[in-house]
Amino acid sequence: MMQTVRRMELKADQLYKQKIIRGFCHLCDGQEACCVGLEAGINPTDHLITAYRAHGFTFTRGLSVREILAELTGRRGGCAKGKGGSMHMYAKNFYGGNGIVGAQVPLGAGIALACKYNGKDEVCLTLYGDGAANQGQIFEAYNMAALWKLPCIFICENNRYGMGTSVERAAASTDYYKRGDFIPGLRVDGMDILCVREATRFAAAHCRSGKGPILMELQTYRYHGHSMSDPGVSYRTREEIQEVRSKSDPIMLLKDRMVNSNLASVEELKEIDVEVRKEIEDAAQFATADPEPPLEELGYHIYSSDPPFEVRGANQWIKFKSIS
Amino acid sequence: MAAASGLMRRPLEQVSGLLRRRFHRTAPAALQVTVREAINQGMDEELERDEKVFLLGEEVAQYDGAYKVSRGLWKKYGDKRIIDTPISEMGFAGIAVGAAMAGLRPICEFMTFNFSMQAIDQVINSAAKTYYMSGGLQPVPIVFRGPNGASAGVAAQHSQCFAAWYGHCPGLKVVSPWNSEDAKGLIKSAIRDNNPVVVLENELMYGVPFEFPSEAQSKDFLIPIGKAKIERQGTHITVVAHSRPVGHCLEAATVLSKEGIECEVINMRTIRPMDIETIEASVMKTNHLITVEGGWPQFGVGAEVCARIMEGPAFNFLDAPAVRVTGADVPMPYAKILEDNSIPQVKDIIFAIKKTLNI
Repeated sequence: MMQTVRRMELKADQLYKQKIIRGFCHLCDGQEACCVGLEAGINPTDHLITAYRAHGFTFTRGLSVREILAELTGRRGGCAKGKGGSMHMYAKNFYGGNGIVGAQVPLGAGIALACKYNGKDEVCLTLYGDGAANQGQIFEAYNMAALWKLPCIFICENNRYGMGTSVERAAASTDYYKRGDFIPGLRVDGMDILCVREATRFAAAHCRSGKGPILMELQTYRYHGHSMSDPGVSYRTREEIQEVRSKSDPIMLLKDRMVNSNLASVEELKEIDVEVRKEIEDAAQFATADPEPPLEELGYHIYSSDPPFEVRGANQWIKFKSIS
Repeated sequence: MAAASGLMRRPLEQVSGLLRRRFHRTAPAALQVTVREAINQGMDEELERDEKVFLLGEEVAQYDGAYKVSRGLWKKYGDKRIIDTPISEMGFAGIAVGAAMAGLRPICEFMTFNFSMQAIDQVINSAAKTYYMSGGLQPVPIVFRGPNGASAGVAAQHSQCFAAWYGHCPGLKVVSPWNSEDAKGLIKSAIRDNNPVVVLENELMYGVPFEFPSEAQSKDFLIPIGKAKIERQGTHITVVAHSRPVGHCLEAATVLSKEGIECEVINMRTIRPMDIETIEASVMKTNHLITVEGGWPQFGVGAEVCARIMEGPAFNFLDAPAVRVTGADVPMPYAKILEDNSIPQVKDIIFAIKKTLNI
């Protein structure tokens, strides 16, 4: 799965440079152990919400690479029918893809409230970055989650940089796992997928037992800049990026571990690589060839469950039909 | 009991209530219900009807509501369904939206809509836009409610009207009840709606009793969102208002009636989606239009009504430019004389009507 995410993100990079993807594109290559490891530690019936660096999670939560790439290219086959783009992809029990930094954290606590309300032992993984960790609304969410013992796992994906601002320049305390104060916190090696998985299992068990929220800091790293418009080298050195790539790459670490423990041979792993490349190529073909959404659908999906009505276009004579 | 206390504290509103009674000859059981009681009833009935409905906000539970609108609900439904929150608007509004995304049906109370500004990102970016951004995958069945607009002596930070701000945004529905029947019917429709609905109540109206028609006493009484009501038929001029000013318009109409001017008063009930058709039909009959609102004039509800009238069939029927009566273009002052002159009074409405009719 990590390989799929890696290749998918690299393909997105390529498509963006070819101007087939536009707007914002925040890639998570380097952070694959986080999305794949978290998913391995929970059930499909659990819930997950994150911010805008969301393509990896969209995949691990069940959508296909085709639907994801087609959404990035803004085509009708995209998971949001081309209406959302990179930052607004949704799936069952996956609430996006959120563009406003930090806003997803109270949302996640709300989803956890619904889990508790429904009494089904489900938990909600609520992710945010080291940059978002300084948002006030996150502390409001911590307070209410702890007060009401919501089954919310707050997860800080600390990739050391909030856009171009390193953690030391943004936070008076960079111990993000401690920022929850009265909420117990774990610091986890976010480049080691097994570590992430085990920590997640522990955290989920904590929440499911009714003890209330818990916080996890995943220490990870992104190879790309903040987004496709950021080369990513004005605020950090190429040496640093190289060092992480050669010593802590999550895919490399898992591969080595599997080969050294005789869990897989180098050939078997190569086969996986080949299959993944094919899947990504197919998806990219589809995402490039699929037509854009029909103009008639511009006004669709304003309201849910409502009878059709008219939406105004750029002037009073242009009207679009809106259906739910 | 409610009627008597209303008479002592709010003579003008009570007069309008009495005058309104002339138009409701048919109600056999003349039941008087205040706007507060109507909202309470509406919420109570919906809480009972659907387990997924719950209320959260500051002081809604043990305090019975800052303005006592949720009186008795916590006693009846308990901690799970009536939740007191800490003073964290952005946080609890986000929690409410998240709960709605996960399938519950929250009613998120803002103690006043002034405080909703702290949370407005959650209302607009997390609630209003989500169904569209997700290509129809993620509905957000949430109600945001609370008192909106001017109160009495609470000064600038506690007196803003947000009808225009929320009315601006696609994906939201915005309603503004005037009387008890509006309040009950609209809150019930809002709760049953699968979309984010902003319910702009009015603190000064909470204690005002109105006659409750028998249909409003039913547990399935709903007022459709997106439909205005003609409160008073008339022939000379169309007077469009929402919320408390509707009452002032009816008073103005009574005064003018003695002078032979018959005003058609329209209670918008819904700000978004706006029922412009009812207004157009009326203007095509009366040939004159004024709008009345408590909010500031620039980019306001009245401005939108006028723009739409110009774009539609009713424009050719206007014998005079459409006129707006609004709050004064200032932050709300405190001193009574200043405050009184910062909101539209009956005399201001009468003046505007006469000007429009060139009398």
